[in-house]
Amino acid sequence: MNIYVLMKRTFDTEEKIALSGGKINEDGAEFIINPYDEYAIEEAIQVRDANGGEVTVISVGNEETEKQLRTALAMGADKAVLINIEDEIENGDQFTTAKILAEYLKDKDADLIIGGNVAIDNASGQVGPRVAELLTIPYVTTITKLEIDGTNVTVTRDVEGDAEVIETSLPLLVTAQQGLNEPRYPSLPGIMKAKKKPLEELELDDLDLEEEDVEAKTKTIEIYLPPKKEAGRVLTGDLNEQVQELVQLLHTEAKVI
Amino acid sequence: MNFDLTSEQEMIKRTLRQFADEVVAPGAIERDRTKRFPVEIFNQLAKMGVMGLPFPEKYGGGGADTISFAIVVEELSRVCGSTGITYSAHISLGGAPLFLFGTEEQKQTFLTPICTGESLGAFGLTEPNAGSDAGGTRTRAHEENGGFIINGNKCFITNASFAKHIAITAVTEVKDDKKEISAIIVPTNAKGFTVIDQYEKMGLNSSNTTELVLEDVRVPAQNLLGKRGEGFRQFLITLDGGRIGIGAMAVGIAQGAYEKALEYAKERKQFGKSISSFQAIQFKLADMAMKIELARNMVYKAAWLKDQGRPFSKEAAMCKLYASEICMEVTSQAVQIHGGYGYMKEYQVERMMRDAKLLEIGEGTSEVQRMVISRFIGC
Ligand SMILES: Cc1cc2nc3c(=O)[nH]c(=O)nc-3n(C[C@H](O)[C@H](O)[C@H](O)COP(=O)(O)OP(=O)(O)OC[C@H]3O[C@@H](n4cnc5c(N)ncnc54)[C@H](O)[C@@H]3O)c2cc1C
Ligand SMILES: Cc1cc2nc3c(=O)[nH]c(=O)nc-3n(C[C@H](O)[C@H](O)[C@H](O)COP(=O)(O)OP(=O)(O)OC[C@H]3O[C@@H](n4cnc5c(N)ncnc54)[C@H](O)[C@@H]3O)c2cc1C
Repeated sequence: MNIYVLMKRTFDTEEKIALSGGKINEDGAEFIINPYDEYAIEEAIQVRDANGGEVTVISVGNEETEKQLRTALAMGADKAVLINIEDEIENGDQFTTAKILAEYLKDKDADLIIGGNVAIDNASGQVGPRVAELLTIPYVTTITKLEIDGTNVTVTRDVEGDAEVIETSLPLLVTAQQGLNEPRYPSLPGIMKAKKKPLEELELDDLDLEEEDVEAKTKTIEIYLPPKKEAGRVLTGDLNEQVQELVQLLHTEAKVI
Repeated sequence: MNFDLTSEQEMIKRTLRQFADEVVAPGAIERDRTKRFPVEIFNQLAKMGVMGLPFPEKYGGGGADTISFAIVVEELSRVCGSTGITYSAHISLGGAPLFLFGTEEQKQTFLTPICTGESLGAFGLTEPNAGSDAGGTRTRAHEENGGFIINGNKCFITNASFAKHIAITAVTEVKDDKKEISAIIVPTNAKGFTVIDQYEKMGLNSSNTTELVLEDVRVPAQNLLGKRGEGFRQFLITLDGGRIGIGAMAVGIAQGAYEKALEYAKERKQFGKSISSFQAIQFKLADMAMKIELARNMVYKAAWLKDQGRPFSKEAAMCKLYASEICMEVTSQAVQIHGGYGYMKEYQVERMMRDAKLLEIGEGTSEVQRMVISRFIGC
């Protein structure tokens, strides 16, 4: 089975976000594999181990992304592809990323493409579905279970806490939700072998794409941090008094009623 | 000159840091209290292929270098000293002498189960009357009918309850009042071999520290490890490597205590401000950060020399001595920064302070390290 994983390098969620010059300051920040993409990598490895085939992890990123791709290789992926757009594209968006990925994937005969449900930085959840649209293959998002029998696939998807079971077939794109699996730690032999596994580096040129072809469809007007959360207030007194005070505060202070 | 870790070393550090935070840290206080050995952690480390880290792949090892070994010991020790010492002793006292002095057959038989994690590694040198003066060994091994009959006692031996076999030192002959000391591999299930796990320790409570009693224990002659009469020289070489492990453990415990203290200092408010805004606290934290950085550099240097195949005994003694002494200072200051809370188990740093003390004692006391260094500088 020919399996591809879409992977993004993102900020560590534990990282404190700082702005400078209207942009997120990346100096000294820790970068990680987008946690949802870790589920995708783990699932791809499990599917390969059960059905045979090969797992290729692709990332649209910059030179630094090699680190996260090597980690995916250490976990057990077979190959990695880095599409380095650092020098060509300053402000990409989900359209940009999806277009590039689809262009790469269009002649690869992928049976299964697995991405993360969202990237924890921009959290758009768009890249997976957009790639599937461009490749004209079916997709199922936020999956928590994947069963493959020949080309028939049964997927369980998380719908705001409920489960929805969908039957579909390969080729297919799915995006991983928390709960799909427990991503493994890279093993020591995996780590020692990661550098020797193939990692192909491509640029837009190699995909016959021009900058205009992938120009962002959106424009970022402003980036700002959410307002600091003020301390809450605990109302006291008996229940009636509390309700009265609350209603009054909603009128006079919050002015929402 | 290059201070960068290789991509493998960096990935090992990231992986083990994550593993330590997610798997090792959560039960550390509880294990310290109940003195329960963390078997499940070592099963997981075995599954990850970490138990044979620096040994060749043909014995089931990982083929990584000494710097990677130091990184793993540091990361485990950062959250749990007991897990750190268990791992360090497993590799550097248990596996290393087999790898360094064993025959091919001995490596296949005894090193392989250590690499796969089937057996923990252990090393029996210290005796009730032979500690710093390890040459004072009294355990005797008589040669008889192509085998050895061993009698004696060992004390403070790490990991023996979980080891399938253990290398011990014994006197194989006395010639003109001169003892001939040899190392012999003994299966722990041999008749007459008893492992006693009864110490009540100050710290490292969930690590396994044991007494060994050997009464007419018979092993075949091919269990002799290395050359007959070379036992003393061999364990000196073994301890050189072990000191890098203790140094790394010290860096790890100090790093863990420093991280806790820094975080606490930023949160704790007294006199209307975070205590981290007081210069008295800032200077403590600055000193901690500096000492840890220096100690880690020295550990890496000793490990690097070893990896280059260069002499590293002096540097190993220096890194062990310096790192263990600053670890004691750093952990004590970490408790201090926590005030009364630091004295409580819940805040972790008091355990780190208790665990740290062993580092100034095990694998050669601080005094012994100073003796080793003085010899190297020509005193
Ligand atoms: C938790 C733990 C785990 C251990 N694990 C192992 C293990 O796995 N295998 C093993 O073989 N051993 C192990 N040991 C033993 C350890 O290596 C010894 O405790 C250590 O070498 C010190 O020996 P000792 O306890 O007999 O102290 P002693 O040698 O009696 O020393 C007492 C004091 O005298 C000082 N001293 C001794 N001689 C001199 C001198 N010539 N000049 C100046 N000062 C001197 C020492 O520095 C020390 O301060 C372990 C010990 C502990 C506590
Ligand atoms: C076993 C035990 C028994 C105790 N018994 C009693 C008792 O019987 N009765 C009682 O009332 N209390 C008791 N205490 C409380 C004890 O007196 C306090 O823990 C102590 O005064 C420190 O206060 P703290 O723990 O809040 O630490 P903090 O005041 O938060 O101090 C934390 C750290 O910040 C430093 N620091 C604070 N302010 C400054 C500053 N301005 N400049 C520089 N450094 C600063 C401190 O020196 C310390 O290193 C006891 C505590 C313990 C652990």
